[in-house]
Amino acid sequence: MMKTLLKVEDIHTHIGQYHILQGVFFEAREGEVSVLLGRNGAGKTTTLKTIMGLTPASKGAVVFNGQDITKKATYTIANGGIGYVPEDQGIFADLTVEENMKVAMRKEDEAAYKRQDYVLQLFPDLKTFWKKDGGHLSGGQKQMLAMARAFVNDSKLLLIDEPSKGLAPIIIEKVMEAITEMKKSTTIVLVEQNFMMASRIGDRYTLIDDGETVHAGEMADLIHNEEVKRKYLGIG
Amino acid sequence: MELLINLTVNGLATGMLIFLLASGLTLIFGLMSVLNFAHGGLFAWGAYSGVWFYTLSGSFVIGIIGAIITGIILGFITEKLIITPVYGNHVQQILITLGFMLVLTELLKVVWGPNQMAAKVPSYLAGSWEFGDVLIIKYRLFIIIVGFLVFGVFQYMLQKTKIGLIVRAGVMDKDMVQALGINIKRVFLYVFMAGSALAALSGVLMAPYSGVIYAEMGFEFAILAFIVVVIGGMGSFPGSLFAAILVGLAGSYMAYYVPALSLAVNMMLMAIVLIFRPQGLFTAKG
Ligand SMILES: Nc1ncnc2c1ncn2[C@@H]1O[C@H](COP(=O)(O)OP(=O)(O)O)[C@@H](O)[C@H]1O
Ligand SMILES: [Mg+2]
Repeated sequence: MMKTLLKVEDIHTHIGQYHILQGVFFEAREGEVSVLLGRNGAGKTTTLKTIMGLTPASKGAVVFNGQDITKKATYTIANGGIGYVPEDQGIFADLTVEENMKVAMRKEDEAAYKRQDYVLQLFPDLKTFWKKDGGHLSGGQKQMLAMARAFVNDSKLLLIDEPSKGLAPIIIEKVMEAITEMKKSTTIVLVEQNFMMASRIGDRYTLIDDGETVHAGEMADLIHNEEVKRKYLGIG
Repeated sequence: MELLINLTVNGLATGMLIFLLASGLTLIFGLMSVLNFAHGGLFAWGAYSGVWFYTLSGSFVIGIIGAIITGIILGFITEKLIITPVYGNHVQQILITLGFMLVLTELLKVVWGPNQMAAKVPSYLAGSWEFGDVLIIKYRLFIIIVGFLVFGVFQYMLQKTKIGLIVRAGVMDKDMVQALGINIKRVFLYVFMAGSALAALSGVLMAPYSGVIYAEMGFEFAILAFIVVVIGGMGSFPGSLFAAILVGLAGSYMAYYVPALSLAVNMMLMAIVLIFRPQGLFTAKG
């Protein structure tokens, strides 16, 4: 059996006075793509933020690579080997593509530059616009830069939040190809609304609704589970 | 003509001193969203400690270094003790930093006594150069050069070094910087210490310029610095240079041509900017 790399156990998260997450469970196994599914506002983004320590859990536990990271500072969590691609991409608009990569690169050693070269092969656009300000990139290019930034450090796990959001189909295809490529060397947790994409590259799914995990299993099973798809995803 | 040059040099020199004070303030605000009303206290401490080191050693250079070190140490203490507990809460920041400003001012009197202290320009910077009819006061030129040098060094660091990139990235998106594995709190601390050092440098350069120093000198000057930060755009380093020169020159010309307006002119500049460009002339992102 494959090792569990990330385990999220009954997390509850409050933002201000709102009780946003009210019992999210899920696991990501090494080498797999785990997909978080659920309607808009279900709590997928908040789940990723809670894992990153940006909106820390008030209850429950996040265990990564055998370590409890629930109460750790965000930068410690990142340094522990989790790369994060937020929903809004978090590109530093005033910094060039090169500078965005530089801020991201933690150890500027040979291995990191090798990974950078590799990721630039995946996204040749980034090389073309190397000296361009992040704020002037297209939506697709921003997405690519955000993924490249997360990948350049030797992360064991990547959290990617809705990478296809707002992109043209042809760009989505490129992004999905890149994720498939990245999967060869890292474990991935993916939030994806586009069920076609999710089912194509996901190995396992967790369904979140109203801040709670309501379903989980193998993607192959969900594809044929019309009832769950209709009830929680409004498709099928 | 010589009058105009004199007023300009005078305005530039004052502008540079304001810039040194405002640049720290704007970085601290831009990166940390901290309203630091104690900044003027660090300015006054820079002036006193600098003059003290200067008098003790007989060397103005040692006075400057002493002031900068004092600024760095006080900056460290201020950030750890005063600022850290109130991150994210502007009302508390205003109250506690205003309170701390008073404490810093009173402590100056405890250490150096309640009276004004005299500060002399070092002999090698005293006097002036004559170019035909134009008289350039050496010390003013010195301040202008130091101001541009500091601007150049900091601008280089912000644009070209990794820590500079991190600071700029932090001004744009703190959460993302942390999610990339950077301890933003430590970066905050460094920026705060650098800003405090600049305030102290401003203070020690101000001392011989005005000839006397007094404990309350920080209040007056800090207000000018705040005006400059608002005009230049909160968080913008080049913006604070531009706005400081503007305020310096406006003050200098007005004091001569329309003395009655010389104090109001800064407020008027600020009001005009706030009406037509509330984000300031420059933005942190541009
Ligand atoms: N900063 C916030 N303040 C208040 N409510 C929030 C905040 N962020 C998210 N929420 C609420 O939490 C719920 C879950 O949001 P989110 O995790 O972004 O959902 P998803 O990513 O699944 O669309 C939503 O109802 C949203 O309105
Ligand atoms: Mg979301």
